[in-house]
Amino acid sequence: MSVGKALPHDSGPLHVSGQARYVDDIPAPAGALHLAFGLSHVARGRITKMDLDAVRAAPGVVMVLTAADLPRPVDVAPGAHDEPLLSDKAVHFIGQPLFLVVAESHLEARKAARLGRVEIAEEPPILTIEQALEADSRFEDGPRVWTKGDASGAIMGAPHRLQGRIEMGGQEHFYLEGQAALASPQEDGGMHVASSTQHPTEIQHKVADALGLPMAAVRVETRRLGGGFGGKESQGNALAVSCAIAAHLTGRSCRMRYDRDDDMIVTGKRHDFRIDWEVGFDGEGRIEGLDVTQYARCGWSQDLSLAVADRAMLHADNAYLLPSARITSHRLKTNMQSATAFRGFGGPQGVLGIEAALDRIARHLGLDPVEVRRRNYYAPMTEGEQGHPHLEVAPGETWQEAPEDSDLASRGSGEDLPREPVAPATRNATPYGMEVTDFVLHGMTDRLLETSDYAARRAEITEWNAGSPVLKRGIAFSPVKFGISFTLTHLNQAGALVHVYQDGSIHLNHGGTEMGQGLFRKVSQVAAEVFGVDPARVRITATDTQKVPNTSATAASSGSDLNGMAAKAACEAIRGRMAEALASLHQCEARAVRFAEDHVEVGGDRISFARAAQIAYEARVSLSATGFYKVPDLSWDRIKGQGRPFFYFAHGAAVTEVAIDTLTGENRILRCDILHDAGRSLNPALDIGQIEGGYVQGAGWLTTEELVWDERGALKTHAPSTYKIPACSDRPRDFRVALWDQPNPAASIYRSKAVGEPPFMLGISAFLALSDACAACGPAEPALDAPATPERVLAAVRRARG
Amino acid sequence: MTVSFLLNGRPVEAEGPATRTLLDWLRETRGLTGTKEGCNEGDCGACTVMVTGEDGPRPLNACILLLPQLEGRAVRTVEGLGGDHPVQEAMVTHHGSQCGFCTPGFVMSMAAAHAQGRRDHDDVLAGNLCRCTGYAPIVRAAEAAEGAPVPGWVAADAEALRGLKGSRASGGGFEYLEKHEEVDAPEGPAGRPAYEPEAAGGSGARVGKQAVFLPRSAEELAEWYVAHPEATLVAGATDVGLWVTKGLRELPQVAFLNGCTDLQGIEEAEGWLRIGAGVTMERLLGVLAGPYPSYAEMIRRYGSLQVRSAATIGGSLANASPIGDNAPALIALGARLHLRQGEARREIALEDFFIDYGKQDREAGEFVEAVSLPAEAPGFRVWKISKRFDSDISAVCGAFNLAIEGGHVRSARIAFGGMAGIPKRAAALEAALEGQRFDAETVEAALPALERDFAPLTDMRASSGYRMEAAQGLLLRYLAQAGGAPVSVLELGS
Repeated sequence: MSVGKALPHDSGPLHVSGQARYVDDIPAPAGALHLAFGLSHVARGRITKMDLDAVRAAPGVVMVLTAADLPRPVDVAPGAHDEPLLSDKAVHFIGQPLFLVVAESHLEARKAARLGRVEIAEEPPILTIEQALEADSRFEDGPRVWTKGDASGAIMGAPHRLQGRIEMGGQEHFYLEGQAALASPQEDGGMHVASSTQHPTEIQHKVADALGLPMAAVRVETRRLGGGFGGKESQGNALAVSCAIAAHLTGRSCRMRYDRDDDMIVTGKRHDFRIDWEVGFDGEGRIEGLDVTQYARCGWSQDLSLAVADRAMLHADNAYLLPSARITSHRLKTNMQSATAFRGFGGPQGVLGIEAALDRIARHLGLDPVEVRRRNYYAPMTEGEQGHPHLEVAPGETWQEAPEDSDLASRGSGEDLPREPVAPATRNATPYGMEVTDFVLHGMTDRLLETSDYAARRAEITEWNAGSPVLKRGIAFSPVKFGISFTLTHLNQAGALVHVYQDGSIHLNHGGTEMGQGLFRKVSQVAAEVFGVDPARVRITATDTQKVPNTSATAASSGSDLNGMAAKAACEAIRGRMAEALASLHQCEARAVRFAEDHVEVGGDRISFARAAQIAYEARVSLSATGFYKVPDLSWDRIKGQGRPFFYFAHGAAVTEVAIDTLTGENRILRCDILHDAGRSLNPALDIGQIEGGYVQGAGWLTTEELVWDERGALKTHAPSTYKIPACSDRPRDFRVALWDQPNPAASIYRSKAVGEPPFMLGISAFLALSDACAACGPAEPALDAPATPERVLAAVRRARG
Repeated sequence: MTVSFLLNGRPVEAEGPATRTLLDWLRETRGLTGTKEGCNEGDCGACTVMVTGEDGPRPLNACILLLPQLEGRAVRTVEGLGGDHPVQEAMVTHHGSQCGFCTPGFVMSMAAAHAQGRRDHDDVLAGNLCRCTGYAPIVRAAEAAEGAPVPGWVAADAEALRGLKGSRASGGGFEYLEKHEEVDAPEGPAGRPAYEPEAAGGSGARVGKQAVFLPRSAEELAEWYVAHPEATLVAGATDVGLWVTKGLRELPQVAFLNGCTDLQGIEEAEGWLRIGAGVTMERLLGVLAGPYPSYAEMIRRYGSLQVRSAATIGGSLANASPIGDNAPALIALGARLHLRQGEARREIALEDFFIDYGKQDREAGEFVEAVSLPAEAPGFRVWKISKRFDSDISAVCGAFNLAIEGGHVRSARIAFGGMAGIPKRAAALEAALEGQRFDAETVEAALPALERDFAPLTDMRASSGYRMEAAQGLLLRYLAQAGGAPVSVLELGS
């Protein structure tokens, strides 16, 4: 068995020796040029004059381009066509690219880019939620509203009512490798692009569009990313397109990387949210109705914001059955970086909203917050339940012609094809009408509370706090139920290309990108499993739009689910042909041919896999196959907020203990216990890596990581000197992670579950624990906001004291 | 100019302007792309290399390490580790790499620590950011590699350096560069100067010459600096490096001080410690750990090991940042600053050095030679407040030097950083405490005095109100600690 083994990352030896190549490590072709953007220093206005003489005269400068100099209008938006590569006179945020410098070296390009004299007629920027609401500055016509039952009536009629507000900041991705691209002109007008992107097909589409080429003339390759986290789903477009245009114009290879400050000033981040909520509940803490309003600052362009805000709405329930709910979402247009995908994709914001409300209910009623959560859980999956039937084609599927220039491969297009909604579910259903049939958090909660010794520790902490006036400790439990699938249904497809060579070596390619998550290792384990060979026999190669076309972004935690299945299909096709060839030689049934332990058993013989490949080749059998997969049984109407957007749910739960200093607000995580549902894990080591890393990243979002813009709209935290992601000592010193390790009832790849995003939300337990510690300081509600910097914690302590 | 050093065991000569960073040289000139650029400002550690000098192997950030700082040293990059170093193997087997981009930097920090037998991994790795793993598997890898033997090349590098020094003295073999060069600006591809010095006053005047000086004593530096009073003095380059990589500035006249070994002395006499300006913060941390544990802890937190191994106390003070953490601590301790201009020397109270934001009591051509502080002050505590504990700039840094006799405050020297344009004493607060009984009542009554001392700013680190409240909170912490209670969350285990 190769699947289920805790094999290390396939690139581990290359990582530790510095041999792993990232885009900027690719040796520059002779004469390669380097690019840099000249950026806006004004948040909103119109360009009245651009004096770029000094830029052109600067040492090493080969070419300077403005929008007017481009051969054709160039847009780099994922879908909405609202992001001109270079400003078309309108200025929308501080950091917007205004002109492009092409120079002999990276340093010369950076230096020259600072010499532009651009005059901008300033207009007052729209920065805050209030300003955006006042100006009705938003995407879509008005707020999106989804309802289940009569939430207002239920709240009014409930024995208890509470309302509250929580603000949560955005988050910079801080992938260690900044955005980078390298474009090399090919014969016949074609273009080769190496890009640090989660979405090679998107890069291919945008480059082809910019150059007026068919997609077939553009090849995009991505061997690996130095981190993505969503920040390289759409944000690499501008660099790749710039390189391609400059390469096209100069006939020379062009490369571009953002300096870290530019990267943070130019590119989008996680959406910050304000969530207002009102809840009605009974004396046991059971919710009867919830009314939630989410305000998201989306920045200057639409990017992927509609899908992000949708997912925040889709997770407004988290793990809890809401008898009635009203969920309202405002997607506000502001003069800031265009907020984009970030691990969880709106889900974390939605989850934090209801988790904050549940803590308030528990404190209001004097109940244990875990008990209140359990009482509101969805009903558990019943014994032996195998989820839902898997249909090959969603019912009532109808297709419409898409406009020719539409960006179908992007989550930003919002051009999902209309479908008939499935019949609304009746029991144990989400606010959007999806029956929850695979809910395992009851059992997971029981086990985690036991292994983390939650009850005894809570009692001990309460006693300790009573004797500690300056320092206070807090503890909290939080669960996550996360929906797995792209909510833009047609993206839930993948392809793979597999070759078996006559020496028995296996070449594996698929549409997913490797950004550290170990996708390539997992898919190679799938391939090795099908062929019954050692994973070392499987050669993993760069993602390449010439090998597998029309890929979806490696996003939405979908990488292994989609590409694993596609690779499996390809491998099974080849294995089937090999089996038939061997069977006919041995005069036996193809079914009886067995592939295991690097050998093939056929008709009583045992030959090496390499020998089997050679025999198949000599028998003139095709040893190359493509594989394809589409997720079954999805149907979703995002306007009505009804349907079945997810294939299944992944779960997790965490207990975190923290300490705060009531004199300064300084705070620290002391211990974290996690139990996470990765289904039947494809690779427990990689999955635990995702869980540990996701938790720390999630906790960072809610504690040390603070984005600050000034009143002009300038981002003041644009480097690691001012923006603080967790450092080594910020991780929980006592960090206990376990896998639930039960098979996925849905027919996923070897019954595993997606693990990329869900653990991020376990970091919420750290925030709730801080809130718990603040609440220990006094009788009033601390109403802690995020990120819980020392300053916010101190303010919450003051509020708690009343 | 040409700089000579060992690279992965072999002698090399590096050409370039004095502002060329080791990172750019490695990646662009040598094609050694294992060393990564993550932030280009010394905050993420992706570019960490191991540099061996007379004081043994140290991890340093190559992105803010200027080539002349390497003269006569041995540099190891990830390509020079051999691929089978115990920390490399442990990182693979313990799943310590995910995206892998930060990994070479981690591996270099771990290898340097391994060579020194250090096991305080959280501190060793504080200057290496990882966004993927949450650090847990990296620390497990570091622990797993602890007992393994140190590869032979570590000693070989040090040995080779000793050989170099000998050959230098005898005038043969490995050439030590001319200590004083006036070099032509190197030319770019089309015959243009490849770089320009910063245009003074907005004029486009070009200077074709760059004055680069590598003094080998304070004497040499003093003489040269009087003749070049506009020059930039570079010690560790942990700040000047950013002028280059972020400000894109040239340094038309520059002296690199790390050859001035006579600025690196630490002496104790008559109850005072005299610390040479060239003493690195990492060495100072070791010296202060005994008499001033809170000061040592503050140093540990404010800069990563990479930064502390380059940065010097003289650079920290001469730089005069309003948010530097050393100045408030030293002012509270009553430190004295030793300044030198040519042959003229003077000594002033450190607090008098800081006149106003961006303005110090320093004459043209005058430099910091040393700082003196009392060898002990039992009532001294210093604490910094920042969003992150490690490697973060303080919102507030508070230093308290109270002498309490018979329950009364005999004297109080209290200084803050981050509360004003310069590090400054809290005179009103001191006055409100002096002579009073040291108890909660006195402290509560004294706290409002701090609002007469300071009107702090609001910026991206903290609001004005928080700065004031936290500064007051630190005095309350001092009081609480006197009562024996744990006062910092860092003191808590689980």
